[in-house]
Amino acid sequence: MRDFNNAKPCLTGKGVTKTFGFGDKKMNAVDHVDFNFHEGEFVSIVGESGSGKTTLSKMLLGLISVTEGQIDFQGKPRDISTNAKKKEYWKGIQAIFQDPFASYNMFYKIDSVLLDCLKMRGDGSLPYEKKFELMTEACSFVNLKFAELTNKYPFELSGGQMQRLMIARIFLLKPKILLADEPTSMIDACSRATILDMLLKLRDEINMTIIFITHDIGLAYYVSDTVYIMEHGKFVEYGPADKVILNPQAPYTKRLINDVPKIYEEWDLTTV
Amino acid sequence: MGKVMLEVNNLKTKYVTRFKEDVYAVDNVSLKIEEGKSLGVAGESGCGKSTLALSLIGYYFPPLHYMSGEIIIDGKNISGMKPDDVRKNILGNEVAYIPQAAMNALNPTQKIIRFVEDVIHAHDKSVSKKDIYDMARERFAILGLPEMVLQKHAVELSGGMKQRTVIAISTILSPKVLIADEPSSALDVTSQKMVIKMMRELMEKGFIKSMIFITHELPLLYNVTDDIMVMYAGQIVEHGTAKEMVFDPLHPYSKGLMGSIIVPEEGVRDRKLTAIPGTPPNLKHPPEGCRFADRCKYATPTCRAMEISNIELPNGRSYRCLMSERKVREVYASEGL
Repeated sequence: MRDFNNAKPCLTGKGVTKTFGFGDKKMNAVDHVDFNFHEGEFVSIVGESGSGKTTLSKMLLGLISVTEGQIDFQGKPRDISTNAKKKEYWKGIQAIFQDPFASYNMFYKIDSVLLDCLKMRGDGSLPYEKKFELMTEACSFVNLKFAELTNKYPFELSGGQMQRLMIARIFLLKPKILLADEPTSMIDACSRATILDMLLKLRDEINMTIIFITHDIGLAYYVSDTVYIMEHGKFVEYGPADKVILNPQAPYTKRLINDVPKIYEEWDLTTV
Repeated sequence: MGKVMLEVNNLKTKYVTRFKEDVYAVDNVSLKIEEGKSLGVAGESGCGKSTLALSLIGYYFPPLHYMSGEIIIDGKNISGMKPDDVRKNILGNEVAYIPQAAMNALNPTQKIIRFVEDVIHAHDKSVSKKDIYDMARERFAILGLPEMVLQKHAVELSGGMKQRTVIAISTILSPKVLIADEPSSALDVTSQKMVIKMMRELMEKGFIKSMIFITHELPLLYNVTDDIMVMYAGQIVEHGTAKEMVFDPLHPYSKGLMGSIIVPEEGVRDRKLTAIPGTPPNLKHPPEGCRFADRCKYATPTCRAMEISNIELPNGRSYRCLMSERKVREVYASEGL
């Protein structure tokens, strides 16, 4: 268990709010949340569907505007007012999404996905041998063989392989923050362990901040240092994973833990 | 020893691809379920779990073809029947099937009661709409679904509610076997729990006599079913009670699967997850010997050379490996697993 009290803050938010609708139909999808993600911290945001996890992640990525509040990136207020500034911001924050089948353009070969990353980080003018070397290195980081993947299309891979290739992309770009929005919910239990181990490896080797969004509190407990529990757009509880999950205070956290099937304890089916 | 509800002997089915290649997705599968029992089928994607479900309900429409073997549902052999006959006479009242993402199949322009009418009228045209409504209302009340659901359209219901409605509709004729293919994977944990609770109620109240539950979530299987069967590349590699399979798996593949279980309980964080390296074999050209040999760290040249037969243990367990039970335990013990 790491201690992050003295670590450098990487992404902080104060009173971050997103409101959808007007007048009577106005509702706050994310309601005045404060957070402080440190460098090298593995953060999980856990909540049911509809609790505002994805809205928050889209705001963090700068894909939708923030209605109220402020987000600081590496100690300075985040500025994404123009497209050029947004692109610069995305060099520092990258994402892996839920559906690996929708993350790729099926008309482009796998090579072009990785070549785009190299271009984005400013290595576009390198000779092809050097690029090939870099791509091979990235693929071996996620236990894939680039020689087998080159000249293939994304639909020729399995879901787990696609998701791993997404992580290879992240390895090439080396952003400060990785936002993983339910990266394991579409793939089966056996590849899930591989993906989680790779995320942990990214954190350990590159000291990346990882924001892991999930509805499965078991996964959150396994990987994260800090857990934020989200209900109706608010953080009802947060703190170190051991404290929050083994000794939950908020009734909502207790319910979430209760709802996950267990193997060492009796699973209480009466409380639904 | 209860009455045997479903018996499958050496079932073999294949897919024929566009290039006339045969893919044996279900290869020599045998299983038996007694009255009041449930069986879980686990395995990674592409191992033939869903194909097994389709084969069991006799859904032999191209590219899926029936090859050999027997499927006996409560004494009635359905293996030689035409798919259309199976659909008309067997599906619904003898065996019910819930496919993956069944909730998305509800027609948004129809009320829920219309689907119930469809199911009942497919078997008996003479039942009046009023009788169906009363029957559905009664069944929904027992299963804890509000009566007003019957008068609603599918779009008005939440995901979990839709899934529970689908299960209630498909079991309205009290089938002998329910085959549920990933009924809760698309839902969040709270709705998943409600679905599981309802399936347990169906079993307890006797609306279904036995159940096959297909999923890749092992903690879920452990809590829902009596027995667990692990499938790999079209074959059954291990079969045992839920407790044995989770805490004491014998086959190296089951061992790997059980090693990837994550639950929010103390001690999980310190345990290293064991992921299985590699990918499953291509079933167009399955390997000659053990199909798991390429990914198994205990594999020997003998494993690759000969067909591996099923070892049956006296307590009803069976597994498909060359190593004897004593050898397996010794190997695991020496690695501290």
